[in-house]
Parts: sequence; structure tokens; C-alpha cells
Amino acid sequence: MKKAILGLIGLGLLGGAVNVMASPESDRQEMIKYYTTKYPNIKIDDYVYGALAFDADSKAQYDAIMEFPPYESVLEKGKKMWETPLKSGKTYADCLPNGGKNIAGNYPYFDEKAGKVVTLIDAINACRVANGEQAYKPGDKATTGTLTAYMRTLSDGMLMNIKVEGPKALDAYEDGKKTFFSRAGQLNFSCATCHVQNAGVRLRSELISPAVGHTVHWPVFRGGDNLVELQTRYVGCFKSVRHISAPAGSEKLNNLEYFHSYLSNGLPMKASVFRK
Amino acid sequence: MRIIKLAVAAGIAGMMVMASSVQAQQAPKKEETGKDIAYNKSKGNCLACHGMPTQPDAQSTGLYGPPLIAMSARYPDKAKLRAKIWDATASNPHTSMPPFGKHKVLTEQEIDKVTDFIHSL
Ligand code: HEC
Ligand code: HEC
Repeated sequence: MKKAILGLIGLGLLGGAVNVMASPESDRQEMIKYYTTKYPNIKIDDYVYGALAFDADSKAQYDAIMEFPPYESVLEKGKKMWETPLKSGKTYADCLPNGGKNIAGNYPYFDEKAGKVVTLIDAINACRVANGEQAYKPGDKATTGTLTAYMRTLSDGMLMNIKVEGPKALDAYEDGKKTFFSRAGQLNFSCATCHVQNAGVRLRSELISPAVGHTVHWPVFRGGDNLVELQTRYVGCFKSVRHISAPAGSEKLNNLEYFHSYLSNGLPMKASVFRK
Repeated sequence: MRIIKLAVAAGIAGMMVMASSVQAQQAPKKEETGKDIAYNKSKGNCLACHGMPTQPDAQSTGLYGPPLIAMSARYPDKAKLRAKIWDATASNPHTSMPPFGKHKVLTEQEIDKVTDFIHSL
């Protein structure tokens, strides 16, 4: 908590005043203020495009590729998985809220009874187990990846709507925030070093995306056909700074996803997208 | 424009992020110069963040840090320059620059060589 606040001060996000009462909503506002002060000409709505928001050329290439996405066949496969009944005879649509439509923006949520953060993949797995199937491994392209690549399209356009209510939920959020702002690895980076402090800046020739807008468009297809889930990206970014990451689906990464997703509240969901 | 496209193509492979262990294993037989170490993606990888305007082969460099130029004028005391490379967080706790010496990203000898090279820019 203290460290996280120090991180924010370090970035000038709190203007030097220690805001002990920082709430998730004020964190989000501070973050948006930081970006919009630095880049007054870029609209927050465009942050859903990640680094593309900062580079019109690459955005034009992206638009052209998205006309005929090269990963359509994966979505077809995902659709089949989604529609195939589980062992009990029920489908995912039977066991998820609202038939699984327009719900992705509510995840992750904090489950008071279980006392922990539940991601969309956790909810899908709970559904599988309750209907006689084995849980899928988070981060596995062929199962959770392919299934959610289709399932999340059913929430396209829904606005991200993460809630942090009650002291236990706040603890999980703060834990994720701490992970986001803590330096790690031999190269000594925090997520914020790159995705806040250096958003819109080139690291070698790689333009860095802002953290706001990060969580709305998963999975991504890198290079057109390499499916990458959000937490797999976390693991990759940790690896890049020579840090041994907790695995996809761990409490640590779930809490990080909870905090990280809150930052995108109010932005529209879109699955799936092409990334370089 | 062209340059940007090329840079994009070179991007993924060129990122520090992709520093491959394969490269590390194939340590060159020939002794590495300060410049080699500074350019090596799995060692200094300084170009990920710094331009070097006097070096024509320093292409598509990143912009996290300031361009490294006129270094001997700006760092008449070489020890100060070495200290910056050894641990940039000492002079600036919020720096994005990795602490190359403190975290043993480079050996002491490698840092000496890199310091000499940077000082010559
Ligand atoms: C050393 C720099 C660096 C650090 C530290 C870093 N990342 Fe990244 N990250 C990148 C680069 C480079 C990319 C690819 C370009 C982009 O989209 O920003 C990326 C991409 C991402 C993306 C995908 C964005 C998209 O729209 O496709 C997410 C999400 C992400 N990072 C989250 C994180 C999180 C969370 C952390 C901390 C655990 C983190 N990153 C730490 C450099 C970094
Ligand atoms: C990931 C980013 C990053 C990498 C990699 C990096 N630097 Fe830096 N460097 C910075 C930043 C940011 C600053 C400016 C902030 C500061 O003073 O620390 C800086 C500052 C410096 C300075 C002080 C410049 C001045 O104008 O006083 C020197 C010298 C320097 N770096 C040398 C190096 C060398 C040599 C390497 C490679 C061995 C390197 N850097 C790698 C980010 C980086």
C-alpha cells in the first residue's frame, strides 16, 4: 500500500500530496489525468487500441488487417466449443449469467463467499466442474484461449464495469496495485515504469501502450495467428525484465488483473484483436 | 516513413524484452569491446533507450533516456559516469534505467569498458 503510493508519487500522479484515502476511483482518475496531461491530443477512448493510439500509420495497418482478421478459424473453433454441451448436457450459456452475453466487462469480480478474485476463466472453469468436466488450464491457447476468443465476442461493446466493494475486495485490489507499481526482476522495472511513465515512448522501436485500455480486448492474436491471453502477456512482460513470474491463474496475477481491469472502467470491450 | 516501417519490422526482435538466452550462450570468442557490450541486446542494450547521435550504426534507438552525446564534456569526472551506469537509481530513484552494476546485469570489467565507450561519445 505504502509502496504503491510511493510509486504514484514517483510518477507525479499525486502531485506530492500523500493521498492516504486513495480509492480505486481516485486512482483511475489520477491515472487518466496523468496521461491526458502528457498527451492532450489523444482521447482516452482511443487507448483501447494500445500503442496504436500513438501511431497513425500502424493504426491504419491494424484497421486494414481487422477487415479480414487472419484468426477467424480460431473463433469458429471457439464457437463450436462454446456450443458443445458439457457432460451434464448443459451448455456454458446455461450456467453463466445472462447466457454468457454482455458479461465479460464484469470480470474479474470479488467473490465475498470465496474471499477471492474470480476471473472470467475461473467462472468458465467453475461451470465446467459443476457440469462434470475438468477445469481448463489458465493461459492454455487450445482451451481457455480458443474458447474465450469466441465467448468474449458476445460482450463486444459492453463497457468495462469492475466493482471494488468492501474491505476484502479492496485488499485484493491493493495487492494488484502493489504488483503493478513494484519494481521487479534483474532489470528493475515495474509495470508502471513502462506502461505509465513511458507510455507513448519508444523502447527500441517498440511503442509502449498505456495501462488504461489494456484489459478490454483479449485475447490478442500477435502477428495474426499467435493467440495470447491477458495473463500470458503479464508473464511475458515479467520475463522481459528477467523476473520469474507467478503463473497465469495464480492469486497474484488474478489480483493484478482485478486492479488493471478497474483502470479501464467505462471503456468498451472488443474481442479479439490483432497485435504486432 | 520508410524508416518507421523498417523500425517496426525490426522491433520485436530488437527489443530488450526478447533478450534471448541463445545469444548469451553463444558468447563470442573475440573479446567484446565496450561498444559491443553497449549494443548487445542481452547485455547493455543501451540502444533500447538511448540514441547515440555520433554513431551512424546506432539505428532505430529508443527514447526512454536522453541521447548520449558530448559525454566527456558533460561528465569530466569519469567516475561519475561509471556510477550512473552502475546504478542510475542512486541519482534518480524514479529512473527507468536498469542498475547494471548493482543488479549484476554487467560485470565490473564490462562496466569499465562501456564507461570508456560512452565517455568517448
Ligand atoms: C520493459 C518494459 C515493460 C515492462 C516493465 C512491462 N511491459 Fe507490458 N509491454 C511491453 C511492450 C514492449 C509491449 C508491447 C507493446 C505494447 O503494446 O505496449 C507490452 C505489452 C503489454 C500488454 C499488451 C497491450 C496490448 O494492447 O496488446 C499488456 C496488457 C501489458 N504489456 C501489461 C504489462 C503488465 C501488467 C506489466 C507488469 C507486470 C508489464 N506489462 C510490464 C513492455 C513492458
Ligand atoms: C530501459 C531504459 C534504459 C536503458 C536500457 C539504459 N538507460 Fe541510460 N538512462 C535511461 C533514462 C530514463 C535516463 C535518464 C534518467 C536518469 O537520469 O536516470 C538515463 C540516463 C543515462 C545517463 C545520464 C545521461 C545524462 O544526460 O546525464 C547515462 C550516461 C546513461 N543513461 C548510460 C546508459 C548506458 C551506458 C546504458 C547501457 C549499458 C544505458 N544507459 C541503458 C534509461 C535507460
